[in-house]
Amino acid sequence: MAEYIIETAKGKWEVVVGLEIHCQIISKSKIFSGASTEFGDEPNTNVSFVDAGMPGMLPTLNKECVHQAVKTGLGLNAKINKYSEFSRKNYFYADMPTDYQITQFRYPIVGEGSISVDLSDGSVKTIGIERMHIEQDAGKSIHDLSPTKSFIDLNRAGVGLMEIVTKPDFRSPEEAGAFLRKLRSILRYLGTCDGNMDEGSMRCDVNVSVRPYGSSEFRTRCEMKNVNSVKFVMQAIENEAKRHIEVYENGGQVEQETRQFDPNTGLTKVMRKKEFAHDYRYFPEPDLPPLILSDEYINSVKAEMIELPDAKKQRFVETMGLTAYDASVLCENKENADFFEKAAAGHDAKKVANWMMSDFFAMLNKKHLDISQSPVSPENLGALVELITKEVISGKIAKDVFEIMSETGENPEKIVEEKGLKQVTDTSAIEAIINQVIADNPDNVAAYKAGKTNLAGWFVGQTLKLSQGKANPQIVNKLVKEKLDN
Amino acid sequence: MSDITKLTVHETLKALKNKEFSAVELTEAYIKNMENGRHYNAYITECADKAREQAKVADKNYQSGNIRLLEGIPLGIKDLFCTKDIRTTAASHILDNFVPPYESTVTQNLLNDGAVFLGKLNLDEFAMGGSNETSYFGPVINPWSKDKDLVPGGSSGGSATAVAANMCAASTGTDTGGSIREPAAFCGCTGIKPTYGRCSRYGIVAFASSLDQAGPIAKDVEDCALLLKSMAGFDEKDSTSCEIAVPDYVSSLTGDIKGLVVGMPKEYRPEGLNPEVASYWDKAAEYLRARGAIVKEISLPHTKYALATYYVLAPAEASSNLARYDGIRYGFRAQGNGNLDELYINTRTLGFGKEVKRRIMIGTYVLSAGYYDAYYLKAQKMRRLIHDDFMKAFKQCDIILTPTSPITAFPIGDESMLNNPINMYLNDVFTVSVNLAGLPALSLPIGLSSDGLPLGMQLIGKPFDEETIFKVAAKLEIDAKFERK
Repeated sequence: MAEYIIETAKGKWEVVVGLEIHCQIISKSKIFSGASTEFGDEPNTNVSFVDAGMPGMLPTLNKECVHQAVKTGLGLNAKINKYSEFSRKNYFYADMPTDYQITQFRYPIVGEGSISVDLSDGSVKTIGIERMHIEQDAGKSIHDLSPTKSFIDLNRAGVGLMEIVTKPDFRSPEEAGAFLRKLRSILRYLGTCDGNMDEGSMRCDVNVSVRPYGSSEFRTRCEMKNVNSVKFVMQAIENEAKRHIEVYENGGQVEQETRQFDPNTGLTKVMRKKEFAHDYRYFPEPDLPPLILSDEYINSVKAEMIELPDAKKQRFVETMGLTAYDASVLCENKENADFFEKAAAGHDAKKVANWMMSDFFAMLNKKHLDISQSPVSPENLGALVELITKEVISGKIAKDVFEIMSETGENPEKIVEEKGLKQVTDTSAIEAIINQVIADNPDNVAAYKAGKTNLAGWFVGQTLKLSQGKANPQIVNKLVKEKLDN
Repeated sequence: MSDITKLTVHETLKALKNKEFSAVELTEAYIKNMENGRHYNAYITECADKAREQAKVADKNYQSGNIRLLEGIPLGIKDLFCTKDIRTTAASHILDNFVPPYESTVTQNLLNDGAVFLGKLNLDEFAMGGSNETSYFGPVINPWSKDKDLVPGGSSGGSATAVAANMCAASTGTDTGGSIREPAAFCGCTGIKPTYGRCSRYGIVAFASSLDQAGPIAKDVEDCALLLKSMAGFDEKDSTSCEIAVPDYVSSLTGDIKGLVVGMPKEYRPEGLNPEVASYWDKAAEYLRARGAIVKEISLPHTKYALATYYVLAPAEASSNLARYDGIRYGFRAQGNGNLDELYINTRTLGFGKEVKRRIMIGTYVLSAGYYDAYYLKAQKMRRLIHDDFMKAFKQCDIILTPTSPITAFPIGDESMLNNPINMYLNDVFTVSVNLAGLPALSLPIGLSSDGLPLGMQLIGKPFDEETIFKVAAKLEIDAKFERK
C-alpha cells in the first residue's frame, strides 16, 4: 500500500486520523416526537411541544429510528447491542430547546464494526468502527438576518441522528475520503441516511494528530467540527497535519482543542481551547427506559438486509466477469448497480459495463440527468450491446445508434431497422466494394504490392467508408488482405 | 344541608345524584370558600368563571343521566400540572406568565371524568421544598394554625390546605420525596403517591423525572381511591408509565384484613423519635392487630442512606430538567442582556428562587466530571440497595406501616430550617425511600398531637398494589376517628 509520509527537512511524519460522522436518519417523524422531518419547510413549522422543550413535555422513542439504526449497524458489520440506554448531554445553547441533548453515552445501540475501503493503488484497507449511537439533532441558529438579533429555526430540532465513531485507523487524507464515500454508499444502499454532506444530513468531525514516522504513540489530537464535504475533510487533514508538524518541529507542543475548518482557505482556526471544553454532565435519561432489543427483532432486521456494495461488487467480479475496478465503480451507487444488472441481464456483462462507464455516464453528465431520469432504459442499453455482440451493427454504428437512443429513448433494434444500419456481413457484397476500391486506386495497389503493406489499413478504411460503416470490419480486413495478396 | 363543602367527594356524588343540590350550587359554595379563604394563599390562580361553566355542563349531565365518575366535583389543581389556557407557574417567577397550549394527561383524565377545576394551587417553587415557603407567590398558611401561622408542609401545600379548609372537594398533588404525603399529614388530609409509572407525567412540570408521581389529596381514603382511579392509567406519551390495568380502587376498600402481615421497619424508630409520633405509630399497629392483622418488625437496613441518596439524585435530575427555563422561548426573560450568556445568567438569576438555585447547583456539582462517580453513581447504587431492602421486606409482609413525618406542622419562617436547609430536608426522612424504590404509599391522619396538630401515618405497598393500601387505610381511618376541619 502506498504510504502517506510527510517529509520535512527535519524528518518524516505520519498522520493519525479518526472520524465522527453524524448522519441524519431517514424517518418520517423525529426521533422523540411526532413532528415531521421534512427538510426545507417554513421555519418553525415542524415543531412539536416536545421539540420546543415546553414544560412537562416528554420524549417518546420513534421505533422507525431504532430500526434504521439497527439496519445501519448491520451494514457496518457491527455488533448490535441488545441493551442500550439514553443519556442527557447537558449544555446551554439557544437552538437546543431543553438545553440538553438526548443521546447515548455509556451504552450505544451499535458496538464495534468495520468497513473496507478500496484505495487508488488497488489495495484494500479495513477501517474499524468504534461504535454508533443514536441521538437528537439541534435546531438552527441564524445570525445573519439582523445585526442585533439571532433567529432560531427548530424544524431540525429533534431529527434523529446516528453518530458513527471510527477508530483512529486513517493514515492519509485519501483513506478518510475513501471511507466517507464508502460509508455514504452503504447508507444510501440501506436507505437510512441520504448522505448529503452539503445539505448537512451527513456531517463530519475530524480528529487529527501526527507522530514521527514509524512510531506507535498517539499524540495530542485536535478536533475539527462539521467539515462538510469529502474534499474538505481531506484538505483539513492535510493542512492540520502540516500545522502540527510545524509546531513540533519548532519545539512546541500541540494543544488539545476544537478547531474550525475554513473552506475558503482550507486552514483551521481555534474554536475552543481545552480549558473551555464543556462539562456535559452526562447521566442516564430518566424519561426513557433502556432500549432492549430481542434476538428475534435483530434477526428480523437481518432478514430485511439487502445486498450491500461489497457483496455486490464481489458478485459482479465473480459471476459476471467484471474487473474489480469496474465493479466497484458500478456498485458505489445502488441505482447504477441496479441499472447495470438490468442492462446486463442476458447480455455480455463486461461490454455493458464498458458502455455504462463510458458513453452512458458521459451522456447523463452532459444532459445533467440522474440515472433515474435516463432516456436510455437499461433494457435498451442491453439490447444495443447485444446488437454489437451478434455483429448486427459495428461498435462505431452503435455509437450513432446510442446517440439517437439518448435523444428519442427509442429501442436500438427499431433504430437500426428504420435507418438501415444493419452491418453487412455478406461477403459477396463486401467483395464487390473492395473490388471497386482496388479498381479505383491502381497506384495504391501497386505501392502495396511493392512492399508498402501498411496500405492495407487504407483499403479497409475506404471500404468501410463506401459501405457507410455497415460492412463488418473483421470481414473487410480479412477480404482486403486476401484480395491484395492475390 | 348545613355546609355542602364539608362533604367528601363520594358523599357529594351521592347528593348530586339525588339532586339534593346542583353542581352549580356546589361549585358556587366552593368558590365562596375559595374567595373567603384567600388569606391562606392556597390558590395562585382562581378560575371561578371557567368552573361555573364546567358545573353547568355537569348539571346537564345529571339531568340527562349521562353521569361520569367525578361529574361536577370541584377540584383544585396543583400549579405544577399544565392546564390548557390556564396559567401554569410551578410557583416560580420564571413561569409566572406561562399559559400552556396543552393539558397534562392527569388533568385531562379528570376533565374527561367530569371534574370541575376551581383553580391552580400554590406549592414550593418547582415542588422543591417541604413547607411551601419557597413559592414565588408566598407561603401558604396551614388551616390548623392557632396563635402562629404554620406551614402546610410541602411541596403540595396549597393542595392540602385547600382540601383541609374546604376550598375544593379534593385536589391533585405531586410527590417526588414526600410532597403529597407530608402536606396531607400536616393538614389532616389523606393523600396517596401511587407506584411510579401509575400516573402519566406528561404535562407535569418535571422536578426529578425518575421520582415524580402524581396523586390525589382528599378528605378521606375513599375519595383518594375515586380520584386515583380517574387520574391513573397508561399513557403512550410517557414512556415511563406502565401498561398495567387500573383496578377499581373503591371496591378494594371493603373486605377484612385478617391474616394480613404488616411490617414496622425498626430503622424508622431512631433514638429521639418524637414520643407522640412513636405512640401513634404503635396505636395504629394496635388498631390493625385488633382487626386480625399480624404486625411484625421488619428491617430496611439502608434507610439511613435514603436522605443523602435522595438529595443527590433529585437535584441532579432537577439541574437538567430546569435547564430549559432559559428565557429563550417562553416564560420570564431578564432585560438588558448584552449576549446570549448574559441572557441566561440574568434570566435564571432573577427567575429562580433561592432553594431552586441551591438544588440546581447541587445537581450540577454531583454530575460534574470528577464528582459523578463519587456522588451520582454512588447514589444510584444506593438507590438500588434501598429498593432491594423493600423487595426483601415484602417477602415477609404485605404492607409497611410507618409515621409519615417525624414532626407536625411548624411555624412559617422557622429560623433553624431557613438557616440550615438540612434541617428542612430531615423532615423527609420517612418519605423519600418510597420514591427511591418507586413504591405506592398513602398518608392518612391518625390523630392530633398535644398541640392539637394532625399527625399522619404512612402505608407503603408493593409495586402496583395500591389496593392493599386502600384496604388497610380504610380500616385505620375507621379506627382513628379523625375529625376533619
